[in-house]
Amino acid sequence: MSGVKKAARHVNQNEGVIFEKSSPGKAAWKLPPLDVPEVDASELLGAAERRDLGHMPEVSEIEIIRHFTRLSTWNYAIDLGMYPLGSCTMKYNPRVNEAVSRFDGLANGHPYQPERISQGALRILRTLSDCLLEITGMQAITLQPAAGAHGELTGILLVRAYLQKQGNPRKKILIPDSAHGTNPATAAMAGYAVENLKSNSAGMVDVAALAAQMNEDVAALMLTNPNTLGVFEQEIHKIADILHGKGGLLYMDGANMNALVGKVRPGDFGVDVMHLNLHKTFSTPHGGGGPGSGPVACKNFLEPFLPVPVIVSKADGTLGFDYDRPQSIGRVRAFYGNFGMHIRALAYIMANGPDGLRQTTEDAVLNANYIRKGLEGVYDLPYPTPTMHEVVFSDRMQSKKGVRTGDIAKRLIDYGFHPYTVSFPLIVPGAMMIEPTESESKEELDLFVDAMKSIAEECANVPDMVLEAPHSTRVSRLDEVAAARKPVLRWKPNS
Amino acid sequence: MRYLPKSPADREAMLRALEARSIDDLFASIPAEYRLNRELRLPAQKSEPEILEWFQKCSHENGKGLPSFLGAGAYHHYRPVIIDTIISRGEFLTAYTPYQAEISQGTLQSIFEFQTMICELTGMEVANASMYDGSTAAAEAVMMAMRVSGRRRVVIARSVHPEYREVLVTYGQHQDMPLTTVAFGANGRVDMEELDRVVGQDCACLLVQSPNFFGTIEDVPALADLAHSRGALLVLAIAEAVSLGIVKPPAEADIVAMEAQSFGVPLGFGGPYAGVIATREKYVRQMPGRLVGETRDKHGKRGYVLTLATREQHIRRERATSNICTNQALIALMANVFMTVYGREGLKALARQNLAKAAYAREHFGRHGRVLFEGAPRFHEFVLQTTENPYVINSRLLEENIVGGFPLKKFYPELGNAALWCCTETTARASIDAVAATLARAQTAGRRRPEPEPEVVR
Repeated sequence: MSGVKKAARHVNQNEGVIFEKSSPGKAAWKLPPLDVPEVDASELLGAAERRDLGHMPEVSEIEIIRHFTRLSTWNYAIDLGMYPLGSCTMKYNPRVNEAVSRFDGLANGHPYQPERISQGALRILRTLSDCLLEITGMQAITLQPAAGAHGELTGILLVRAYLQKQGNPRKKILIPDSAHGTNPATAAMAGYAVENLKSNSAGMVDVAALAAQMNEDVAALMLTNPNTLGVFEQEIHKIADILHGKGGLLYMDGANMNALVGKVRPGDFGVDVMHLNLHKTFSTPHGGGGPGSGPVACKNFLEPFLPVPVIVSKADGTLGFDYDRPQSIGRVRAFYGNFGMHIRALAYIMANGPDGLRQTTEDAVLNANYIRKGLEGVYDLPYPTPTMHEVVFSDRMQSKKGVRTGDIAKRLIDYGFHPYTVSFPLIVPGAMMIEPTESESKEELDLFVDAMKSIAEECANVPDMVLEAPHSTRVSRLDEVAAARKPVLRWKPNS
Repeated sequence: MRYLPKSPADREAMLRALEARSIDDLFASIPAEYRLNRELRLPAQKSEPEILEWFQKCSHENGKGLPSFLGAGAYHHYRPVIIDTIISRGEFLTAYTPYQAEISQGTLQSIFEFQTMICELTGMEVANASMYDGSTAAAEAVMMAMRVSGRRRVVIARSVHPEYREVLVTYGQHQDMPLTTVAFGANGRVDMEELDRVVGQDCACLLVQSPNFFGTIEDVPALADLAHSRGALLVLAIAEAVSLGIVKPPAEADIVAMEAQSFGVPLGFGGPYAGVIATREKYVRQMPGRLVGETRDKHGKRGYVLTLATREQHIRRERATSNICTNQALIALMANVFMTVYGREGLKALARQNLAKAAYAREHFGRHGRVLFEGAPRFHEFVLQTTENPYVINSRLLEENIVGGFPLKKFYPELGNAALWCCTETTARASIDAVAATLARAQTAGRRRPEPEPEVVR
């Protein structure tokens, strides 16, 4: 462990599941006295009355605080250090965003409260919409989708509704082989067949292949740009032309929009519709897997199909919701989307301003290229094409000693880092996908490069050290096969 | 920029290491004609106090913590202080989906406990880590039932939350999903006779909400019997999770799609909330969303991992059970803490208070209007028909700084001047009495003359 500079071992507490602490009569709650007459639940509910809540816990407040605090110390987090999960954009989550989202009128506003006492919320939605339109260069937007994949579904439904109105919804969606799994899963949910599009040797869309595959059956191409290799699709104008020439649309998966903000706008390079991940580019916290938010921005010709409701300015100068939209694809979620995330994203945009957002993009790209330079020659770089906010290496050199990308990732944990994204994109065997984001200092990047070099040496000299990693965690590698073969998905007494 | 940890010298040193002349060298792959050669037209960088001030102003314009009788799928319950204490810990707040189990045991174990408590409360055998919200959970549960049964037709009760029904229509529009809607009877429950006619051997599932949109508790065992007799599944939506403290769990259902917002999640103008799908063990492989399972490490130590991932989009791509990836983990953690705080006895006591407040309001409001759907049990919502237009009543109440019930004209025009009223443990008797007094005046006014419809406030 001599090569480890960033982390030291540290005592943390054991903790069982909460149910094991429960015993009758303990309580963490107290209700205020009831100011109306008591009721007889049996009389009101009859056979529908419930009398027993099974194994729900009975514990005190201090036990709950310790329980969750102990659990929390078993997690790695951005607040602890670099979290270079490629494609996930684990950037700093500013705390002022948390503070403003908890303001009473915003946190406790009911979605059905009258519009005249909802003007503050509506102004936030409108302002964020305007900012996102300027950032993307698009013309209309919905904030309703709850996450990126939900935005994809919304966007493809817009495409379908538009094509349907032209007389033919078409049959399939083209998806590059480097795409996220959500893209094909989304196409299927929108009733489309999926056709794979091969990447060329530079890791980009093979434009000749696209031209050959494009025909009147293709509704759209779902393109991530920069793609999952971190490569900007340089022939984007040709790609858009080929699609448009045959009446298809260009959908952009905005998962990597953090490489473009302030430098180039999808609306300017031929994109018809796209989603954004507010939990990636716009810093809303990932929270262990959500909530996210996946606004969908589009060109004007798709605007009539946006989900209901849309925000409109009324004659009296106030803002309101418009539900009367006969061509709408319908609603994709109850109410208006993950409003709390909209607040946070807007606070982030305000804190940055135009210059800050541009600098953020530049630093993200600078950081990724700095790592690429530092690790070139140490790990195999399957695509030498210039990259932007992330870089994908492979385990080709290390696998000769039997060490794979997943093992190297586990060893990184011992060095105090969260692993990179393992085995994705699928077009790179043994992929190691690294995205540092702008939130890392030069010192942290240097430590990361050192750690990766040190692990490469271990792969050559003491491969078992890597194969058995991590060595410093509470639990060692867990038996995932057993977990899937005989699933235990809940606690049971005496289990 | 205060979030960026670099000095100009750092940037210069890094560019030198890259042998780049300027940062623009790193953006050379973007064709010149598309580059944005200007700053974005956005508000200028703001300091922290300026940001606080801007949002504080929005907050003030957005109601001022007025007493409210709105429910209809979003409920105001008291949130124990420690919920925010716990979810604000950076280790929960700023972690990602727990793919790397060895350094994610905190998130994983808490999800495992969440899944367990959802099972205990719903009477189901397995529950997932969360869905976006109740509406999308219901739509995904229906599509799951289509996969399980191999059938296409879906029967949905008109008493399911109207926006949940709209979401189902959106999700199902290209899924070859014929949809039949069944009416509610005079007692507010699903019309069993009509149901008997429309649920046939081609029916994948029946989607019912309980308590339903009107607050009425459905006869779940009878609905399950009917569905099962035709080989269909019963999908049960729950929009008000607190009801589970005192209403029998829908153990006879095959899939439960619930909204967990009531469990300590702020109203937040409609989101983020957290949906959940729970079901029987035999259907788990058709379930969408993340699942956490218990396992052992190589030393035999108990630990938790994401499991059964072969259902999911990152493995199965277009053949996945859903395209869902990011879900609502931190919101599920809020619900988890809430359920732990109240627990076995507290949830019951809490639900009892909700029941009592609504019973009191129903009795007092009922003197000045007609309470619809008598004859079936209810939780904490009820429909009141008035002589006067509910929008007019609400405008008057708003002048008294009270937000009235949810007018039903938009979704249920056949109910006339009706509104859905909700009371929770947070509703003060004084507010209920104040509304009753206003209703009394409205009753007299309504008898005298019909008022013109005001600008609709939803």
